[in-house]
Amino acid sequence: MAPPVSTPKSASPSQPSGKSEVTDLKLQLRQLAGSRAPGADDAKRDLFKRVISCMTVGIDVSPAFSEMVMCSATSDVVLKKMCYLYVGNYARCNPDLALLTINFLQKDCHDQDPTIRGLALRSLCSLRVQNLVEYLVAPLAAGLKDHSSYVRTVAAIGVLKLYHISATMCHDSDFPAALKALMLSDPDAQVVANCLYSLLEIWTQDAANSDEAAREIEALYGKSIIYYLLNRIKDFSEWAQCLVLDLVSKYIPSDNNEIFDMMNLLEDRLQHANGAVVLATIKVFLHLTMSMTDVHQQVYERIKAPLLTLVGAGSPEQSYAVLCHLHLLVMRAPMLFSSDYKHFYCQFSDPSYVKKLKLEMLTAIANESNTYEIVTELCEYAGNVDVPIARESIRAVGKIALQQYDVNAIVDRLLQFLEMEKDYVTAETLVLVKDLLRKYPQWSHDCIAVVGNISSNSIQEPKAKAALIWMLGEYSQDMMDAPYVLESLVENWEEEHSPEVRLHLLTAVMKCFFKRAPETQKALGAALAAGLADNNQDVHDRALFYYRLLQYDVAVAERVVNPPKQAVSVFADTQSSEIKDRIFDEFNSLSVVYQKPSYLFTDKEHRGPFEFSEDLSNLAIGGDSGDDVIHSAQRYEENDKDLLLSTSDKEENGGPTHNGSSTYSAPSDVNSSTSLVSSSTTQPAAFAIDDLLGLGVLDTPALPPLPALSLNAKPVLDPGTFQKKWGQLTVSSSQESTLSIQGVASLTAPQSLIKHMQNNSIQCIASGGQPPNYKFFFFAQKEGSSSFFLVECIVNTASAKAQIKIKADDASASDAFASLFQSALSNFGSS
Amino acid sequence: MISQFFVLSQRGDNIVFRDYRGEVAKGSAEIFFRKVKFWKEDEAEEAPPVFNVDGVNYIHVKVVGLFFVATSRVNVPPSLVLELLQRIARVTKDYLGVLNEDSIRKNFVLVYELLDEVIDFGYPQTTSTEVLKSYVFNEPIVVDAGRLPPLGPAAIFMQGTKRMPGTAVTKSVVATEPGGKKREEIFVDIIEKISVTFSSSGYILTSEIDGTIQMKSYLTGNPEIRLALNEDLSIGRNGSSLYDYRSSSGSGTVILDDCNFHESVHLESFDVDRTLSLIPPDGEFAVMNYRMTQEFKPPFRVTALIEEAGSSRAEVILKIRADFSPNVTANTITVQMPVPSYTMRASFELEAGATGQTTDFKEGSRRLEWNLKKIVGGAEHTLRAKLTFSQEIHGNIAKEAGPVNMNFTIPMYNASKLQVRYLQIAKKSKTYNPYRWVRYVTQANSYVARL
Repeated sequence: MAPPVSTPKSASPSQPSGKSEVTDLKLQLRQLAGSRAPGADDAKRDLFKRVISCMTVGIDVSPAFSEMVMCSATSDVVLKKMCYLYVGNYARCNPDLALLTINFLQKDCHDQDPTIRGLALRSLCSLRVQNLVEYLVAPLAAGLKDHSSYVRTVAAIGVLKLYHISATMCHDSDFPAALKALMLSDPDAQVVANCLYSLLEIWTQDAANSDEAAREIEALYGKSIIYYLLNRIKDFSEWAQCLVLDLVSKYIPSDNNEIFDMMNLLEDRLQHANGAVVLATIKVFLHLTMSMTDVHQQVYERIKAPLLTLVGAGSPEQSYAVLCHLHLLVMRAPMLFSSDYKHFYCQFSDPSYVKKLKLEMLTAIANESNTYEIVTELCEYAGNVDVPIARESIRAVGKIALQQYDVNAIVDRLLQFLEMEKDYVTAETLVLVKDLLRKYPQWSHDCIAVVGNISSNSIQEPKAKAALIWMLGEYSQDMMDAPYVLESLVENWEEEHSPEVRLHLLTAVMKCFFKRAPETQKALGAALAAGLADNNQDVHDRALFYYRLLQYDVAVAERVVNPPKQAVSVFADTQSSEIKDRIFDEFNSLSVVYQKPSYLFTDKEHRGPFEFSEDLSNLAIGGDSGDDVIHSAQRYEENDKDLLLSTSDKEENGGPTHNGSSTYSAPSDVNSSTSLVSSSTTQPAAFAIDDLLGLGVLDTPALPPLPALSLNAKPVLDPGTFQKKWGQLTVSSSQESTLSIQGVASLTAPQSLIKHMQNNSIQCIASGGQPPNYKFFFFAQKEGSSSFFLVECIVNTASAKAQIKIKADDASASDAFASLFQSALSNFGSS
Repeated sequence: MISQFFVLSQRGDNIVFRDYRGEVAKGSAEIFFRKVKFWKEDEAEEAPPVFNVDGVNYIHVKVVGLFFVATSRVNVPPSLVLELLQRIARVTKDYLGVLNEDSIRKNFVLVYELLDEVIDFGYPQTTSTEVLKSYVFNEPIVVDAGRLPPLGPAAIFMQGTKRMPGTAVTKSVVATEPGGKKREEIFVDIIEKISVTFSSSGYILTSEIDGTIQMKSYLTGNPEIRLALNEDLSIGRNGSSLYDYRSSSGSGTVILDDCNFHESVHLESFDVDRTLSLIPPDGEFAVMNYRMTQEFKPPFRVTALIEEAGSSRAEVILKIRADFSPNVTANTITVQMPVPSYTMRASFELEAGATGQTTDFKEGSRRLEWNLKKIVGGAEHTLRAKLTFSQEIHGNIAKEAGPVNMNFTIPMYNASKLQVRYLQIAKKSKTYNPYRWVRYVTQANSYVARL
């Protein structure tokens, strides 16, 4: 086969000449169509190439469709393939013309060369034309039985393509069953893998409407298939291994021996050079050991080295993906990584998205033993030429200070930053010093001494300026010139563009007034006047409010504006533990990279079979809003943002309403500024969840015991049905129960309770949460009947209380079930 | 599963575009390119390799200045897609010999053939160059390697010393050579990327080596190969991953923290005599990746000094010393040092008789740059620079400058002392004696000296 001649034209697909080119191509193709002359194939190749290069750059070459088909009668494989590619691209938009291709594709499906058969079958299935599906069935059926494994691999995926064009046709031809049989018997691993890909997709989509498909899916995660696949894992290509491992990660082993056997079998997969295989294996290990705390911890130790090696090897993109997963693990169990901190030092060549992750990890793992070194390293980055990273580093130092008890040295470092006299360093540091003072008021003297030297004129950034003003107001009794600095700031009211700063200025002047009235009186008058004339509604309102308050009673005003404050002990976390758990459940997926659960970024129809739990919690919130998932997700997020107090908020949401420092003085908070502080100290995450779920008002007394009810030991209920039922039924019983001390002790992870309840014939369908709050959805079935009981159970291990909501098909049996459930729950831990 | 795959040039042109599932709109390439180009306009931040726009996930790797991109609508494992993209680039390189915009444009039909076999309906099928051979029919049109940036660190061998067969690594795995007969040869490259951070007083704060044993085989008939490494090589640090600088220079043992292997590698004899046996597949692949935090002798000592010289002037002295054997020569060395943002001018003073050295003051990024063509082992070079500032100095000037960063490549040198003791190829006949090349190279990954 001679190498194709490349003409100057074909070599420059980037400069297409558009329409005339297409007409020209059509003409030339027509001339060649019937030609048997020697060299005709070479000429055709050349033309075909030009056509395809036009196609690549986006020129519509579909007008040449019939000419292309005419030229396709050839024995030259290269030509055939180009023609297939062309046809596959345009058939969809030209269904009538596509019919022309059926003939030669069908003929090629019977070619004696398996490569040609495979190619033709693949192209045939890729036409994506609705009214041509009938032509697919016979070649597909033959393909699945072909003696060439290549053709079978093509056919296995071909079935999936058919399914997407016409699901009914696919089912009518009984292809899923054929695929299943093939999957369980084919000697070629890639055929098995392709069957599995197709079946997973087909059954997952069907599962919403068909119980049978749901059962089939469940069977895929069953012992026999999992073992069948695991036993030949090394036959599979590295990509197919990832598929198998993903399947295995969802398998629930019956006992610990099984878990250890599986882990031993997969141990060497952790040494694979392909990071995708390693991460898939790690997911299996993590999920298998969830209920065994100590082994789970050993797994963390075991996977550290392979993960770090992957971070070092490969392209920056690959190491980023691995680092994101490492980040997730570090955030979950920072203690386990506290001695590995040097691995997370930023390298010169790291892109900024990598550096950001590393800074977060360093912040998380800082503890008594390594803080000195980590902070020293972070301080080096503060002078970094990369300004965003320098800022992040300073914030990291601040966060470490906020989470440590011994902040002495760190405060010194922070104060040294102020001496660097770089604008952004000073700005970031001021914000941090303010937060530090809110948590550690005892440091005020040291900080004030340094902060007092900073000229307010040199600060430009609103956040920093607001922080400085807050400190001036709050510590005006310790800062000699506070009233005068504030006064000069008020004089420049007009030049101050940020409403946030002006709001703070109003409040600070008020506070200063209560402490040093004679010196501040003039400034206060000017500030209130300027505030009343302000264009910004918030500023205007606050000025008016202060003014009236002062008119009403100065003492009351002081109590409102400048009450004694409690130090903030915990700053709210940005992410609720529930969301973190979901991300962990979706280990080895994009959720980890985006740091959000998949329902926030995928459409419903593109979600996998195991991503249902968000719907369940949505039900719990809305009761009747069955499928508005995104909406509830946003609510989660909003709620998180509201809780966000100060340190953790990022610059993007630094608007006046969400800004942390304004919670102290924003008008709406005035009446409750003390209670606000204290509410932030009482487990914000738990507060959020309870609030969302509308709980906390459930104090129905426990009911007297009722005659025993026997439950079906192995009930079957798929998530879709559960969800539907939960939406339809009303709560038949809602109560609070107490857990035994042993029970609380054994509830280190949701799995332990799930197992226990399983032993009592109560099955878990979804669970989540982190200490101290866990949430479960259980179901059970009455023995010998089709009636189900559905339970929502929220356990708080700190209070050893469980909130239980029961819904039942048969409401009369609900009380009996409730007592059964309660007794099972109270037995937890004692067995 | 992957919806689309495309390759974009640096300017955003579609070079190759393959839609596998028809579920993402056609304009995705433009959306992607715009997003990457203008990730954050005010901050010079790079777009991350994975991002989501309107429910479509865009996953990309950059290879030789080209974007290899996959789109997906589902929550795919990111590392799987990234590995796959990287592998597609590598397979393409195996076929075309050289991977660059020109070679892909000239061979795009072949690339389409490859893509059809590598991914079907979004699911990865096979990425083995060998298996693909039976389904790919286009002959590659070989382009001149020229001075175009090639793929991967092994590329330095192309320009490098005479001992290397210059064009070998740019040879297509499938193309027959002009002579008609394929040359039987195999390349084993030990490539190490080193990261060292020196404190201002010259101590080593952190050091790490990320190494790869890369193989590229042009052997017909896939004979079995045995690759023997240092006998006293040990792996794992007994669970203590802490950087404890136990002196190991005395014993000479190489201790790797961890390593991983290509799936073709059999490890049966590895535990006994540190020998890897494998039947190398066609094309280029990493036999083994390893990581080492054991103390090693850094190839360069870097000292940097910045001193005030008057109220608005300062003097910088940069000194590098090559701490390796005079038989070895480092090439393409770059030393960069950020200077205070208010620096207006810089004048340089090279040592007398310096050749192959250039200096520059990059005004935009406020850094000094010093380029050296080569440094022979044992040599020491110094650069002096006088800085003029637009304002008077206040505070500690050393805090406003640095750290110094260095880039270099040292062929035939490896910092870890990991060695290939021998490379044995199973003999097919008495006369069968393929060429075998074992080459070492060390590159700077992050070589930083603080002020």
